[in-house]
Amino acid sequence: MIKNILQILVVVTAFGTAIASASTEIAESLKAIRAVGPEGQGNVAASAGWKKLAESNVASLLPILEAMDGANDYALNWMRAAVDAVAERELKAGGKLPLAELGKFLLETRHNPKARRLAFELIAKADATTADKLLAGMLNDPSLEIRRDAVQKVIGQANQFLESSNRTGAVLLYQQALNSSRDVKQIETITMKLKELDQPVDLLKLFGFLAEWKIVGPFDNTGNKGFEKVYPLEKNVSFTGEFDGKTGKVRWQDYTTKHKYGMVDMNQPYGKLKEVVAYAATEFYSEQAQSVELRLGGKNSWKAWLNGKLLFARDEYHADAEIDQYPMPVQLQAGRNLILIKVCQNEELKEWTEEWEFQLRVTDSLGTPILSARKPGSAEASNASFEKNKGNQ
Amino acid sequence: MNFNLMGLFLAGCTLAQAGDWRQFRGPFGNGFSDETSVPVALDGDKSIAWKINLPGEGVSSPIIVGDRVFVTCSGGLKQQRLYVLCFSTKDGSILWERQFWATGRTMCHDKTSVAAPTPASDGKQVVAMFSSSDIVCLELDGNLLWFRGLGRDYPNASNSLGMTSSLLIAGGVVIAQVENDSESFTAGLDLKTGVNQWKLERPKHANWTSPVVLKVGDQEFVSLQSAKGVTTIDPVTGKAIWEYTDGASPTPSSALNNGVLYVPSHGLTALQPGAPGEAPRQLWRSSQLRPGTASPTIVGGKVFILNDGGVLTCGEISSGNRLWQLRLQGPFSATPVAAGKYLYCVNEKGLVQVVDVSKPEGEIVSQFDFAEKILSTPSIAGGAIYFRSDTRLWKIGKS
Repeated sequence: MIKNILQILVVVTAFGTAIASASTEIAESLKAIRAVGPEGQGNVAASAGWKKLAESNVASLLPILEAMDGANDYALNWMRAAVDAVAERELKAGGKLPLAELGKFLLETRHNPKARRLAFELIAKADATTADKLLAGMLNDPSLEIRRDAVQKVIGQANQFLESSNRTGAVLLYQQALNSSRDVKQIETITMKLKELDQPVDLLKLFGFLAEWKIVGPFDNTGNKGFEKVYPLEKNVSFTGEFDGKTGKVRWQDYTTKHKYGMVDMNQPYGKLKEVVAYAATEFYSEQAQSVELRLGGKNSWKAWLNGKLLFARDEYHADAEIDQYPMPVQLQAGRNLILIKVCQNEELKEWTEEWEFQLRVTDSLGTPILSARKPGSAEASNASFEKNKGNQ
Repeated sequence: MNFNLMGLFLAGCTLAQAGDWRQFRGPFGNGFSDETSVPVALDGDKSIAWKINLPGEGVSSPIIVGDRVFVTCSGGLKQQRLYVLCFSTKDGSILWERQFWATGRTMCHDKTSVAAPTPASDGKQVVAMFSSSDIVCLELDGNLLWFRGLGRDYPNASNSLGMTSSLLIAGGVVIAQVENDSESFTAGLDLKTGVNQWKLERPKHANWTSPVVLKVGDQEFVSLQSAKGVTTIDPVTGKAIWEYTDGASPTPSSALNNGVLYVPSHGLTALQPGAPGEAPRQLWRSSQLRPGTASPTIVGGKVFILNDGGVLTCGEISSGNRLWQLRLQGPFSATPVAAGKYLYCVNEKGLVQVVDVSKPEGEIVSQFDFAEKILSTPSIAGGAIYFRSDTRLWKIGKS
């Protein structure tokens, strides 16, 4: 009897040690993977760690998913592939995934949105019905992919209403979908439906494109050299005085776009010029310091500055453009922020190279528009207001 | 059986064999396969060994290593989901699937896809690249060896129309052409680790061509084509060996045959590489042989040029003289591939036209309609030909 108990104890102890050893191994592997960086940094250690993760059992799925919190985009991919490998092997062997744990992880929105989406897809593989039901409560999910699927369900319901001639119900559901959607293609689909139902949507306002600007130009861009050339106003934007332009003196002027997608079209004030540069500037007022994204779209070469700091420069002409083509994470300061855009036109003469324009909006990381707290040009008033508000706190 | 033993068993099944198709346009870099039993008479569905659905779109070619076929796809929000899939050549069953999230830009023209570059393999590993300039290296059984996000490492390395240059492996180095109007370069990545072995600044110009391996004796060199011409480099160091600077197309790629490079330049230009450091000798130039999107294909001493509209032109490889032309049903994006005396041309609507190029004026001997958009160049291996669309992968040949 005692011998048997001892044998059981030995087995239990060995099992416990094996689990501890396995979890240590997984933790070390995840540490190696989280250390990967640019230019292949850490790849060798990560590869060794990856194999250990891939060979582990389904109990490692949650630790891997949790390790995605705060990981960089390189590391996320290593971990994602490990989850694929573990889940794939388990399912092929007829095993089961830890659905309850995956569900709990999914519902905790503090976790990395990509990791949560991965958990959602694992659940869907095993239980598509439950996954589908879960979407109903995820219209405003921080995962853009989950949110898109949830919105798509609402669009489907709206379509059904429409087919059964319930126009009022359809409009309400399309509007609900529109409020939650952050996917440009999806938004375009919804707004088209609403337009058919005599409910036109102001896209300029919906997307929050910045419409009011001051512009100045044209400056010289012969041989595309204007892209790199530092014109004096890049160092000091005062909206006053005049500058040496390509063909004479130029001054800042007001420009308001009415384009439905907020295009700031330099061909409108200056004509269809070639080998030229123009600048557009606007003031964006923020009630507090905050992290946002400036999202630019356009098919001309451009540079962007925020409060005098160069954010990004893109030297490509007439390839293609789309909304939110270039998201730039930035930190806004409380009060006035100055956005300056340099937009260049090259020498090409074909019809499809006429555009000399860009669009810009300020959003959160999901693409929700953030609007300026004041109209551009009200610097003194708004700053005074912010100072006053600070004093009241 | 424990998993290690199972791994060994699987590895034994997947040993690469002669007849693999490990890269864009196959083993000879010109679309030709020396396979002898590829079906010619495409007899409706009877010709299909198997077909399987794909989880995403793509215009990359399948590659075949041993008894495995590898395919890349992209899908999801803005095509930001990247797939590498491995299927059994025997029955099309999926052996493994790995997904990744794009770290670079995924914007591209409707006519291409984020899964545009064709993967490459050295017979032991498969390396896959996407338009986002993300590159993954996996063992044949799906183990991840390394990941690179070149679009993240070098934030201006992108083309808003999409990047399509396929990968190449030479001298233990993965050659990745990341050439565009902005941050334009070609990188040589260590096949074992993925780190930069070298990084070569390249002309700032959109470029969709793919590199080819030039063999001179036992030495391997790599020719990089761009709008400026051709630069041939040592793949180990990235150093230029010779240059041709008379311009070339940024779309169709050069083809190789018996050490001569056929470059889409001023129509087609045949270049005979000289000794290292010496400029290549121009053998001929023909404005009558002008490729469209499809690259030249070389079969039996003849070079074939297919323009976008569907005119197939046969040229004599020794002189560049035009021999005959045959009107096919276009339009075409995919490069024709060949086995024996047959050229397999698949148009954008999915119609395959098999041309017997030994006939005096060429002759269509067989047709098969997949009735789906196909922009991907087919691949030939194991007596079969593989086609892929945005939704499916087909094996045509014996099951």
